[in-house]
Amino acid sequence: MIDAKQAGVRPPFVSPVKRQDFTRKVVPVSEIGTIEVPLPWTQRIWNSSLVRRGVILVILAIVWESYGRWLDNPLSFPTLSETLTSLWTDIASGTIPERLQVTLRILLMGYGLGILLAALLTTLAVSTRFATDLLSTLTAMFNPMPAIALLPLALLWFGLGVPSLIFVIVHSVLWAVALNTHAGFLSVSNTLRMAGQTFGLRGLRFVTGILIPAAFPAILSGLKIGWAFAWRTLVAAELVFGVSAGQGGLGWYIFEKRNLLETSGVFAGLITVMIVGLFVEGVIFQTIERLTVRRWGMHGG
Amino acid sequence: MLQPNVNDSSGGEALLQVNGVTLQYRTPERRVTATYRVDFDIHPGERLVLLGPSGCGKSTLLKAIAGFIRPVEGSIRLSGAPITRPGPDRMMVFQEFDQLLPWKTVRHNVTYPMRCNGVSAEEANRRAEQVIESVNLSGFIDSYPHTLSGGMKQRVAIARAMAMRPYILLMDEPFAALDALTRRKMQEELVALWEAVGFTLIFVTHSIEEAVLVGSRVVVLSPHPGQVCAEINVDHLGGPNSSGEDFQAACRRIHDLLFPSAGEAQ
Repeated sequence: MIDAKQAGVRPPFVSPVKRQDFTRKVVPVSEIGTIEVPLPWTQRIWNSSLVRRGVILVILAIVWESYGRWLDNPLSFPTLSETLTSLWTDIASGTIPERLQVTLRILLMGYGLGILLAALLTTLAVSTRFATDLLSTLTAMFNPMPAIALLPLALLWFGLGVPSLIFVIVHSVLWAVALNTHAGFLSVSNTLRMAGQTFGLRGLRFVTGILIPAAFPAILSGLKIGWAFAWRTLVAAELVFGVSAGQGGLGWYIFEKRNLLETSGVFAGLITVMIVGLFVEGVIFQTIERLTVRRWGMHGG
Repeated sequence: MLQPNVNDSSGGEALLQVNGVTLQYRTPERRVTATYRVDFDIHPGERLVLLGPSGCGKSTLLKAIAGFIRPVEGSIRLSGAPITRPGPDRMMVFQEFDQLLPWKTVRHNVTYPMRCNGVSAEEANRRAEQVIESVNLSGFIDSYPHTLSGGMKQRVAIARAMAMRPYILLMDEPFAALDALTRRKMQEELVALWEAVGFTLIFVTHSIEEAVLVGSRVVVLSPHPGQVCAEINVDHLGGPNSSGEDFQAACRRIHDLLFPSAGEAQ
């Protein structure tokens, strides 16, 4: 028995006693029996992030519904069921899909143009030092600038209409994507660069063959951030200058419903914004991630 | 233009000539001379090992042969033509495991450089399967690199370089990051592969044992800045049909060249 006080005290050094060698037969794998056992189904289900997120959504829905009923003031806080009813009515009548389509079309144009410009700028930036400085100066200047702040200027230059909206979206996408892509390019390991060079790759082929795929995790996170910025900017721009799109989008829908004091409609608009956001993040970007960086083992460093 | 170099070490023309090469690299504060007036030749079919203590510039020398660094003095010529930039005629295997393209499977990692250099898809695939077979990775041909162990990744890198059929294969301590057991196995496999296929190899290492096991000829470099202090033939000293004594003697001889004071003390 070791006394509690003595535990952890180093025993005094004595020269080791010589111990016998031995060899022994190991039990063959076939006699050990099962080496792998599947987890019980409850644990396997709980391992799916989809299930866990679903549970969170259900809890939030219950909280919302009970708070709405307890408050009993549909003008300031409609219940979930009222919101869903008006969401359903406006989807069925085609109002929301139509507004959503207007918004998404402008969004995709702006997003695409922003990515194109970002690609151009970063490709230049990896090839010459001057362009690198140009890119970092421009990003430092423009990245912190809220896109909405440029809207008055855009309206002055491009007038009321789609071009103004596209201008502000490009602004919000371009710098985020360019910044991430450039950082991604810079972090590509030297070994990979040298490997690409020994293949005889140079210039644009080197960028598309080595740099872009190697920096893809960073590029993808830039695309995600750019998407979120673009989506926010557009909805906000429509809320402020909604009718400028000629035919209103989702932001305009929310604005209209507020003017009509249809608060459940406002909530329906907000929910649509969220659903689109969840869909793009949870389905589109997740799929891209699964097919690329996860499959390549490049996620999370 | 690329053709394998069959076991033809019978004198003749040097494939690569390194003449009086001084290499310098720049840190933000200073210019450091890595090697000073290094000369050596390599003939087709040789396995030349550049051996030296760390900091003797052997890796820098290999990078210069690969074309990443220009010598400040002297010349490096491949078949008589000066080397100006990296190219597929001098494929390189690096020490780091991340030299494979993580977004391509083993097969496509091997075929990609060939496809970049105008080899037809069919031919590239045929060569890839053959060379992947020769490094014993046929079962993993459609796996992504991140699912492979370090030793397997290095084998893929060797396969990728060999499939290009370069004039010279350059290896920069390719087994240094492996565990000792795997390293020993890879060294034996490399020599077996050379016996089976035949290629010209420049291999950089700081391990005397590895140099004698892998090489047919060892260039011993002095410590910083690197200069050639000896060239020693070590062919077939490390193989299975060698007497251990020859091997030990060669190791000791090289050891004494590298650490002269320690040699005198013994």
